[in-house]
Amino acid sequence: MSPALSHEEIFAGRIAADERIEPKDWMPEGYRRNLIRQISQHAHSEVIGMQPEGAWITRAPSLKRKTVLLAKVQDEGGHGLYLYSAAETLGTSREEMIQALQSGRAKYASIFNYPCMSWGDVGAIGWLVDGAAIVNQISLQQTSYGPYARAMVRICKEESFHQRQGYDIMLNLCRGSGEQIAMAQDALDRWWWPSLMMFGPHDAESAHSSRSMAWKIKRQSNDELRQKFVDQTVPQAEFLGLRIPDPKLQWNEERGHYDFGEIDWEEFARVVAGDGPCNAERIDHHVRAHEDGAWVRKAMLAYEERHR
Amino acid sequence: MSANQPSGQQMPRHHMPLFEVFVRSKRGLDHTHVGSVHAEDAEQALEYARDVYTRRSEGISVWVVRSSDIVASQESDQHCFFDPNDDKPYRHAAFYQLPDEVDNM
Ligand SMILES: [Fe+2]
Ligand SMILES: [Fe+2]
Repeated sequence: MSPALSHEEIFAGRIAADERIEPKDWMPEGYRRNLIRQISQHAHSEVIGMQPEGAWITRAPSLKRKTVLLAKVQDEGGHGLYLYSAAETLGTSREEMIQALQSGRAKYASIFNYPCMSWGDVGAIGWLVDGAAIVNQISLQQTSYGPYARAMVRICKEESFHQRQGYDIMLNLCRGSGEQIAMAQDALDRWWWPSLMMFGPHDAESAHSSRSMAWKIKRQSNDELRQKFVDQTVPQAEFLGLRIPDPKLQWNEERGHYDFGEIDWEEFARVVAGDGPCNAERIDHHVRAHEDGAWVRKAMLAYEERHR
Repeated sequence: MSANQPSGQQMPRHHMPLFEVFVRSKRGLDHTHVGSVHAEDAEQALEYARDVYTRRSEGISVWVVRSSDIVASQESDQHCFFDPNDDKPYRHAAFYQLPDEVDNM
């Protein structure tokens, strides 16, 4: 028999063999912390992401669009819950995570700090923002932590509807009046670059990337995923007859990919640091909703105590 | 147990609690329900479950949960409990018919 393996060796062996790590397995502290950070921030993104679209539920142009948008926003709340639960298997609590979000210690996808100003924006968010999220989440189905990977599988099943309803909105606008086409183009103009930013900094500059890749928490790099998104989205924009706001965008025959221009990294840093158009509004809204709901949580507890 | 030792006489089985058994067949997959066992306690239930449900390497991890701890919805209430779901086809991707050129999303 071989000599008994250490915890570290067993863990490393599982990662090397592409096996999943499960909650009761030993894992390095750094792996646990890294996962709590990533999964909770992913959860926060789902929940904060409900706000820009949620504001349009009452203003949707038809009853059909209203029910669809309501269902989509409800799904995002569910995604937040799947992810908070996955993070909780690592020994953190909902209260700690919410506290980290509200105090600004934890981040969320900075795309949700941009305003959703028109019905065209609702279409662009479904098409582009959910589209980018899908590219990222498909990759994360292979992440090394079992509960996270399984949450991703569940989420990906629901995301396709989100992207298709968004594209369907765009398609309708683009088949409409000159004003409607202009609205669609304006939405693409404002959401294109923030969507590319969703994949994070270049690989060389990404603070957590290399360790996350080594631990197989991340399976593909930021730049790889961004390229994938661009390649699949350009033909979709062309089909709509819309112009992507990037003069450098062109097909590169040799690479077999689209070349595209550089992201405005200063803007990215500014929005991540909290200075985007809606950062304060998003957190204020979250705090308000959380406080407004306090009496419900209190009442549920009181009811439970009386019936114990 | 041998044939001349009738069961349920010295050791009344109904006193042993029932445990539901969940087996994870492979890392990365969910534990799935496979059946149940009677056992004296949870520790014992784990061993019985292993003996009964994983004799051919069906699993790498077993959970046992006291059946009485499981709270279940009533199938007779199914319609109002899960309603309204069937009338929301727009929750499904296929509801959005897109032209062939962009239908791969
Ligand atoms: Fe989502
Ligand atoms: Fe979504």
